[in-house]
Amino acid sequence: MALFEKFQPLELERQALAELGVESINVVMEDVFSPTEAVINGRRTILAGTNNYLGLTFDPECIESACTAAQKEGTGTTGSRMANGSYSGHLALERELAEYFGMRGAIVFSTGYVANLGMLSSLTGPGDVFLIDADCHASIYDGCRLSGADIIRFRHNDAGDLEKRLRRLGDKTANTLIVVEGIYSMLGDRAPLAEITDLKRRYGAYLLVDEAHSLGVLGDNGRGLGEETGVQSHVDFIVGTFSKSLAGIGGFCVSDHPELDLIRYANRPYIFTASPSPATVASTRKALEILRSRPELREKLWDNANRLYRGLKELGFVLSPEPSPIIAVRVPSKAQAFAIWLGLQQNGVYVNLVPGQGSPDGSALLRCSVSAGHSPEQIDKIRKAFASQIGIIQG
Amino acid sequence: MQNLEQLQQQLFQILEPFVPQGFELKAETDLVTDLNLDSMKVMDIVAEVEDVFDISIPLNLLPDIRTVEDFASQLQKIIQ
Repeated sequence: MALFEKFQPLELERQALAELGVESINVVMEDVFSPTEAVINGRRTILAGTNNYLGLTFDPECIESACTAAQKEGTGTTGSRMANGSYSGHLALERELAEYFGMRGAIVFSTGYVANLGMLSSLTGPGDVFLIDADCHASIYDGCRLSGADIIRFRHNDAGDLEKRLRRLGDKTANTLIVVEGIYSMLGDRAPLAEITDLKRRYGAYLLVDEAHSLGVLGDNGRGLGEETGVQSHVDFIVGTFSKSLAGIGGFCVSDHPELDLIRYANRPYIFTASPSPATVASTRKALEILRSRPELREKLWDNANRLYRGLKELGFVLSPEPSPIIAVRVPSKAQAFAIWLGLQQNGVYVNLVPGQGSPDGSALLRCSVSAGHSPEQIDKIRKAFASQIGIIQG
Repeated sequence: MQNLEQLQQQLFQILEPFVPQGFELKAETDLVTDLNLDSMKVMDIVAEVEDVFDISIPLNLLPDIRTVEDFASQLQKIIQ
């Protein structure tokens, strides 16, 4: 039993939540109709917590590509590319990603989490230094830990604090990797990338940007914050995921450094994981093609994001700092967050519940993510569902 | 170079605002259990210590810091 004793506090917390009817980790989509609608607890529900930014999960061309690939190449690769070999689709996807970003090379990973784990743990080792934004995703923290390098945090989006820490490192900046995100996953705010690239050049450090939530969302061609701010050429490594705008599963890293290909051979999370399935690779390639050829999806996403942000603000909710496809509603207490989250579901709307542990400053959040697949009517229904709950905060 | 005792005294001053009324800070005071500090407060304290000493404390060192004495000892290593 000793091994399991540490889980006891979690069990108590889970029981307390279950008594309130809050089982956020066990939400079941009993039936899924579209990128924006499913049945939860027997109720037809609008999905506003999926990260399905371009709404491509039901795109007929993506589905057809996946089906064709499964029929032609089977359901899985049954092993890693190092051992079992690559499928032609893996190589084609890497070529297409590199070409899309205008970079020399790309590596495809099995998930976005593994992409961060693999790149961060391989690029650095004991004696090297990470300078990471305090609000970085868990996969970044985990990748840093795996590397054995020193991990130093700087205050969220604070280029002044980053500079202070670069100065303190002295000569070690040449062995330093700065890590930031294009759009931060909880509050939807963006890194001050122009200032950060300026600092990394002045101090001679390296920079990795995780564009997981900004790919397909920012920039004229959807490449992310690097493109939008015009500084992509100063970013050493861009990491991203296929599980958001590209509506599949997997991750990638692109870079102009010729050494990128060498990193495969030292990259344990890449070497010792089964490679993405043919269906996943095929639907991702099609989704990337659509992302590039249909900029109107990005426009619709932003129309929806601005509509919901404006609507919730008018209702008097305290929101994340800037309009974005990620809109976080700040709630004064965990109990209120639980009550509103349940109330929204009773009104047919699903959002993400962030009780505190996952939020940057420990406050409770109701995190909405908007999709190009939402109709304006659905956005208005989400707003109306929130309106029905405002009494819980204001009352 | 500052000795361990001097560093502890400086840490006592930084920690003073976080100490419950009537509680006496000692070298063996446990930052989490005795002062009941959550992880956010610990990070605030670490940031303040970093600014006072103009250093960066890697996150990797934090699991080794439980008491004020541990904190002073790690500080001494970094400052050296």
